[in-house]
Amino acid sequence: MSDGPTFVGDTPTRTAPVADIRGLRVGYRTPRGPLWAVDGIDLQIAPGESVGLVGESGCGKSSLGRGLVQLLPPGAGVRGSVELDGEELVGASASALRRKRGDDIALVFQEPMTRLDPLMKVSSHFIETIRAHRPGVSKDEAHHMARTALAQMGIPPTRVDDYPHEFSGGMRQRIMIALAIVLQPKLIVADEPTTALDVIVESQILDILDRLRRDESVGLVLITHNLGIVAETCDRVAVMYAGRIVEVGPVEEIFRDPKHPYTRGLLASTISLETTELHTIEGYPPDLIDPPPGCRFNPRCPDRMPHCTQIDPVLTPVAATGAHQAGFAPGAHQAGFAPGAHQAACLLYPGADGSRPAESAERAEGDSL
Amino acid sequence: MTEPSPISGTGTAATTRTPLIEVRDLATHFPVRGSLFGRGSSAAVRAVDGVSFDVYPGEVFGLVGESGSGKTTLGRSLLKLVEPTGGSVRYKGRDLVPLSERDMRPLRRELAFVFQDPNASLNPAMTIGQGVGHPLRIHGLVSSRSEARTAVAEMLERVGLHPGESFLDKYPEDVSGGQKQRLVIARALITRPTFVVADEPVAALDMSVRAKVLELMLELKRELDLTYVFITHDLATARFLCDRIGILYLGRFAEWGDTERLFDDPQHPYTRALLDAIPLPDPDRRGRDKSLPRGEIPDALQPPLGCRFHPRCPVAFADCGWEGRDLVDALEERWTDVDEDTFERELGMVGNLGDAVVGDDVVRFPSAAPSELAAWLRAEGERLPTSVFSAVEDVETGSDGVTVRFRPGPEPDEQQVAGRRVACHLHGVTVRPDGTHVGDPAAAASAEAPGSQR
Repeated sequence: MSDGPTFVGDTPTRTAPVADIRGLRVGYRTPRGPLWAVDGIDLQIAPGESVGLVGESGCGKSSLGRGLVQLLPPGAGVRGSVELDGEELVGASASALRRKRGDDIALVFQEPMTRLDPLMKVSSHFIETIRAHRPGVSKDEAHHMARTALAQMGIPPTRVDDYPHEFSGGMRQRIMIALAIVLQPKLIVADEPTTALDVIVESQILDILDRLRRDESVGLVLITHNLGIVAETCDRVAVMYAGRIVEVGPVEEIFRDPKHPYTRGLLASTISLETTELHTIEGYPPDLIDPPPGCRFNPRCPDRMPHCTQIDPVLTPVAATGAHQAGFAPGAHQAGFAPGAHQAACLLYPGADGSRPAESAERAEGDSL
Repeated sequence: MTEPSPISGTGTAATTRTPLIEVRDLATHFPVRGSLFGRGSSAAVRAVDGVSFDVYPGEVFGLVGESGSGKTTLGRSLLKLVEPTGGSVRYKGRDLVPLSERDMRPLRRELAFVFQDPNASLNPAMTIGQGVGHPLRIHGLVSSRSEARTAVAEMLERVGLHPGESFLDKYPEDVSGGQKQRLVIARALITRPTFVVADEPVAALDMSVRAKVLELMLELKRELDLTYVFITHDLATARFLCDRIGILYLGRFAEWGDTERLFDDPQHPYTRALLDAIPLPDPDRRGRDKSLPRGEIPDALQPPLGCRFHPRCPVAFADCGWEGRDLVDALEERWTDVDEDTFERELGMVGNLGDAVVGDDVVRFPSAAPSELAAWLRAEGERLPTSVFSAVEDVETGSDGVTVRFRPGPEPDEQQVAGRRVACHLHGVTVRPDGTHVGDPAAAASAEAPGSQR
């Protein structure tokens, strides 16, 4: 049942993306030199589309999420472009970014309690947020908006004036989501939103997020280490490894027919109710200060070929069907990027030995932060 | 206390062997000081509240539940890492509960606990050689430092840290998360125990590493003849690893028995809900019907009356133990789903919920419009989001409020259903003899008559 506005199928939607990421790099300074946690990423998210970002810890998925909303620690470097609804975020002023966050783009984190002020009533959080972004809204109107958003998340109107500690963990996450959507953003970035929750509450929260993006046409980027969550709630999945997307495409295709050896390894090592045998990916993700030459996965790859240590593969269409022809942005194909397609960056597939267009310019600028 | 019924929970060969561990009516309550709760004077968090099961040699018994289910406290109580407040834990026939810590000492060598958080069991100031070898010194199992180092190096090899010697002088912070968890296992097994309680040993690890540690645990179990109690919130891991499983809810088993039977054909609505909720890595199974319970696991300080799961249960009915606070919750849930005018009108009738007087089998709303509220409740009660109203015996209109009385429901006892033990009234109403509340004795007796197992 994939009735979300995906890019695949018989009637590809050609709406403009809510988020258009091109050649994004996010780097941190370290004593040993720059560490590019996100190292050249192209990704587009359509209205109402849900994209899962998966990978092991340290693959860069959280840095990508933070890069998307430009919420990075001081000293972090960002290259490339993130357009939100046509507006460039990279290099935007702090005040413009503050306006964008909340208005157009919202974040949901793993631990809601760190984002809620224990000394403020839940309703006050809403009133403050709403009036900061919509100065014309009266307190009463804001209170009313809070009640509506909270009720939508299953928080009774009798409790809107309670304090955060009076709620359970699941309720707090519902409050965070209500707070994120009260201004009707176009994109929600949820970073492991259910990792701290039990499986039943997790399922409740995922249902809420899924309903939201379908009913309100919000784009959803769901960052998670749990492939089950992606399979159940996302239209597309982007598998990240060592700061890059190594495989991307419709969830149905990638789970049924994963192309990249890393994706295959991740799927095989997932313990599900059907697991009868344990599988692992040997080794560990590489040191991103000095990534291995060629394909970054080659030291751990069960299918490694001699040239894998020399050629750094790019994403190339791998689907047998014509699904990859369904791009939404005119010119996307000229740029060698077909957003809805099943693609993998692996030399097992023809075309993966091409050059990295978005990044070559960056490389010329140098790696320094 | 009655003699516990046969505690096999399964019809397998396990019953013919002698259990290594026999747990009977085990309870671990934590007193709460300065509490103002009305129900009796014995305010306590009832973390473990009457659990009975056996663990057989060589078996992996899983304790599965959400946070707050009592699984960690139960696991720790088995080894007396927390002091049980009732019941017994027999290890090789000897009850550990009354033993002093001094008497426990010689047994500790045989009983191991693997902690979830490696930092809790590895002293960061000790080298790996010292830290992992520490139990050897405590139990006087080695006579020299070099003997200890040899034993540690050998154990490190066993847990997959090669070469063992190269780790001896490193510190825990020098190794990765997966390796750290191996160290924790090495430390737990260095005294060659027979019985190991492992509390979420892989929960903090990446999927790709998790499988390796589980594999290691199974390997060590075979090689060293171990018996495990494995504590987890992850049903998929439990299914893979455990021979039998107990599903804990608020300190008691909802259902327990043979793993395959539980997973193939769950008999308790809570087990079914847990299974339904697991996200499956299979897009073809998207949008399948899930019987998701409402809300979250409540406070173990005041567990719900009757069946502890009833307020969340998607199939609860009149006998399940509905009580005053359930009606308040049902009203609140209803109000998340009505327009603002309806909410204001109904709230006006009911009055401030904070002023409602909530008792076990009664709730009183100090309403300004009592007859209007009573009429509304009688008409709309059945349409509330839970089946709380099915247990309402009486809606009484007073001059300054409305009193709603409930038929008490007994707490279900465990009964044998399809080869496992289940505590649920759906299989015939039963009465748990030590239930926290079975309500009115007459009602309990009448509930006991048909379909009762006692």
